[in-house]
Amino acid sequence: MKNKGEIYRISGPVVIITGLNTKMYDVVKVGKEGLMGEVIGIEGDKSTVQVYEETSGVRPGESVENTGMSLSVELGPGLLESIYDGIQRPLPVLKDKMGDFITRGVTANGLSREKEWDFVPTVKKGDKLNGGDIIGTVQETQNIEHRILVPPAISGTVSEIKKGKFKVDEVICTLADGKMLTMMQKWPVRKPRPVSKKLTPSTPLITGQRILDGLFPVAKGGTAAIPGPFGSGKTVTQQQLAKWSDTEIVVYIGCGERGNEMADVLYEFPEIKDPKTGRPLMERTVLIANTSNMPVAAREASVYTGITIAEYYRDMGYDVSLMADSTSRWAEAMREISSRLEEMPGEEGYPAYLAARLSEFYERAGKVKALSGKNGSITVIGAVSPPGGDFSEPITQNTLRIVKVFWALDAKLAQRRHFPSINWLNSYSLYTKALGPWYDEHVSPDWVNLRNDAMELLQKESELQEIVQLVGSDALPEDQQLTLEVARMIREYFLQQNAYHEVDTFCPMDKQFKLLKSIMSWGDKAHNALDGGAPIEDIMKLKSKDELAKVKYEKEFDNALGVILKSMEDEFSKLRGK
Amino acid sequence: MTKEYKTISQIAGPLIFVEKTEPVGYNELVNINLPDGTTKRGQVLDTSNDIVVVQVFEGTGGLNRDCGVRFTGETIKLPVSKDLLGRILSGAGEPLDGGPRIVPEDRLEITGAAINPYARLPPKDFIQTGISTIDGMNTLVRGQKLPIFSGSGLPHNEIALQIARQARVRGSNEPFAVVFAAMGITNEEAQYFMSDFERTGALERAVVFLNLADDPAVERLITPRLALTAAEYLAYEHDMHVLVILTDITNYCEALRQMGAAREEVPGRRGYPGYMYTDLASLYERAGVVKGRKGSVTQFSILSMPGDDITHPIPDLSGYITEGQIVISRELHRKGIYPPVNVLPSLSRLMNSGIGATRTREDHKAVSDQCYAAYAEGKDLRGLVAIVGKDALSERDKKFLEFADMFEDRFVRQGIDENRDIETTLSIGWELLAELPEAQLTRIDNKYIQKYHPAHKAKQE
Ligand SMILES: Nc1ncnc2c1ncn2[C@@H]1O[C@H](COP(=O)(O)OP(=O)(O)OP(=O)(O)O)[C@@H](O)[C@H]1O
Ligand SMILES: [Mg+2]
Repeated sequence: MKNKGEIYRISGPVVIITGLNTKMYDVVKVGKEGLMGEVIGIEGDKSTVQVYEETSGVRPGESVENTGMSLSVELGPGLLESIYDGIQRPLPVLKDKMGDFITRGVTANGLSREKEWDFVPTVKKGDKLNGGDIIGTVQETQNIEHRILVPPAISGTVSEIKKGKFKVDEVICTLADGKMLTMMQKWPVRKPRPVSKKLTPSTPLITGQRILDGLFPVAKGGTAAIPGPFGSGKTVTQQQLAKWSDTEIVVYIGCGERGNEMADVLYEFPEIKDPKTGRPLMERTVLIANTSNMPVAAREASVYTGITIAEYYRDMGYDVSLMADSTSRWAEAMREISSRLEEMPGEEGYPAYLAARLSEFYERAGKVKALSGKNGSITVIGAVSPPGGDFSEPITQNTLRIVKVFWALDAKLAQRRHFPSINWLNSYSLYTKALGPWYDEHVSPDWVNLRNDAMELLQKESELQEIVQLVGSDALPEDQQLTLEVARMIREYFLQQNAYHEVDTFCPMDKQFKLLKSIMSWGDKAHNALDGGAPIEDIMKLKSKDELAKVKYEKEFDNALGVILKSMEDEFSKLRGK
Repeated sequence: MTKEYKTISQIAGPLIFVEKTEPVGYNELVNINLPDGTTKRGQVLDTSNDIVVVQVFEGTGGLNRDCGVRFTGETIKLPVSKDLLGRILSGAGEPLDGGPRIVPEDRLEITGAAINPYARLPPKDFIQTGISTIDGMNTLVRGQKLPIFSGSGLPHNEIALQIARQARVRGSNEPFAVVFAAMGITNEEAQYFMSDFERTGALERAVVFLNLADDPAVERLITPRLALTAAEYLAYEHDMHVLVILTDITNYCEALRQMGAAREEVPGRRGYPGYMYTDLASLYERAGVVKGRKGSVTQFSILSMPGDDITHPIPDLSGYITEGQIVISRELHRKGIYPPVNVLPSLSRLMNSGIGATRTREDHKAVSDQCYAAYAEGKDLRGLVAIVGKDALSERDKKFLEFADMFEDRFVRQGIDENRDIETTLSIGWELLAELPEAQLTRIDNKYIQKYHPAHKAKQE
């Protein structure tokens, strides 16, 4: 067998070739147009290839060439602010080459070969280098310093190191054994990049979303899943996380979803400023867009492309968050390919290796000590789109077995425009305990208790609601009516958060704490007043209660809250006086 | 002329298997010549050196192993020209109106390539349909795909036609060009659409593709693609704003299922193919606005939910792809309310970019959110009232209960020819909200209450 074979059979994105010497995951060029594909099965002298581009018109007998390389991404300066398809082809370059519509047979480098970067070395001649070490830096965007790393498998002594402006494929460092390093390295996407050690996550990812930070936090380096039926808020939540999370780098994968949503991100992110740095969000973001109508094999690859880029920035010592919207579309891509291969189907037609693939993916999250010695993390947040919104299906179930945080979206809440429509009774976070000390130190020693009290109240509400359903709310004892009211305040004033409101879209921890504390303290005072004989009708009519409803929208929150707290004191003392 | 093969080895359902061919391209168009001199068309689904699998659009009825098979060497294309406007074509693109063949300016591939996401412009131009439940609560914008989820016997056709008649971008009086594709609907339904198009003169700026209930099911797999190709051509080559109405998506999906079964594929949920999401996406995603091009493609398709079940794979997968849905309610229809739109499960995801101070009015979002919340609460209370009676409700709850009734009666209900502008829709919203205690309007900023709430507005004036 040799390096050139021919097509034997074509069935959609799956092509069978003969006469070519291949290894699993080799990238091959298929047909006259050299369509890019990847070997995913070998039997006798036939290899099965998934093709990343449309195969209409391709014929048996056309030639196939093996590149001998695995599907890889290019890592180096220029990743930030990029938008790629599932196999790291920059969409602006594709637009230049093919026009407004995606045709095929076009290759494009992940990193520009023209652009020059200012390289500042941090090592000198004679230094001993190991894989993963930092040899210098490039200011990639205004706030992100790109740290140039020795590829993991390489080590040696520096015999020459340069300084100045270079293109990504120009040599900047030579080792004693003659090995030459550039600012760019390639890495096969299906293989996790090595780290020195995995660490236990202990810091929360601050998202500015009250229900997430307040009730169900995810740790930096943790994993979370957000399953929900269509239209329940997966994408909006993921985009909110991409906008407001306090990580240094964001990788956003639109996997098999809508083109307009990606266009939206592309138009919005350069306009929105990172609350911490004041720089446009786009400067810390890498987008991967393989929409539902783009080739399904490239959709399968997109998730790996994304996580490999995330690992690369983690290895520089950054906190990275990665959103995958939606992991279900990724799994369906696996199913489509698998069924073309006529593999033995598992549950609901998904391939038997589904669970393994999902856990391998989430396993690439984590807080680590990188080879460079720096600490970095990847937080992975996966959207799940269960058919019919039914969480008992295989993707949701397999995902929940792996991830530590579950944000359960609820169609009922979405229908009444309670956003984010995350169900507070079904969701959970397994990080709350581990993060406790952090809140004590950085928010308030009261925070954990406050949150627990609020959760308890919401739990109580749901029990009382069952009774109300039978007898009506007026039949409840007055203190329970009050409990219901306070729970409603927590839901509407605290949990509800409008992603489209200029102020409310992002809520810092301090504001979250004050808001929740004020609501809970209104509740305490109200119960005291009731015990002291104040009529419930009067308590319910207090103006301070209505004012608390809207204080979250105030630009000058602290001032506004101060005024309300004051009038709350007055109102309650008047009640007592009566 | 390409070579004719007489090597059909097997015929199964809509498929034929052809042996001993020269290399045949995947997805290639195929002509099959019957002994009686007629020709059918098909498409290559699977091709190898040994055997080629072809799906036959007009069905395999009348075929036998003596038929001649010709591979055309190209994929299916639609001849396009501006003269498509005003024409009625079959579900396979042949003229049905007795008119001449289309003299093509171009021949376009019907599968259509995906719009590069980087070339898209996020849709944001408000389309006023004149229907309050849509404009006020689930706003449609130019370039959006927003289907109607309906059920058998419900007035989705009336609503689709009302929208086709009334839809205008605000501030422009220019109507949309309409591309209408029928897939497996009855002749009577098709006539209903055609006569409305004729009555209103809409036909002149419409292209109609008809695959009716008694036309072959496989043909349904190409009908919507022909329609979308025509729409893209008019939008991107002739700067037109095109409204595409595909009806009924459910019939399309049934054809897809039938094909899958014929190919003996491993079926997905409820027997529909595992790739149905991707397949539907290849239709729905052909809506949008492209940077630097003047026209746009907006999709307003009709989908009837089998058994009124929104979790059925057809509406479910559609909802995961489209930018919202307008849900028609049997309950409202029974109450005699037209258009019976249930706003609660309805959604327009692009609403936020299409409304607000510069596009509709500054208070639009707040009014809509508040109406949603209040209506949802009122509807819940109806359930409670059925158990405990109205008297067990608090004063506050009674107000919400009444709100739900008024909302259906005055906001949802409107005439089939009633074209409400957005101001009218919003002021109906305010009138209803004014019946609730003002402190309950927690979704509305104070400044809007001061400015638009009837109680304050009156004072100001
Ligand atoms: N936090 C929020 N604030 C305001 N509106 C929201 C919020 N979350 C969701 N929405 C509303 O819900 C709509 C649907 O949300 P989204 O697009 O995120 O759903 P999804 O779960 O991703 O659906 P699909 O699975 O179909 O992609 C949005 O268009 C928006 O109108
Ligand atoms: Mg989404």
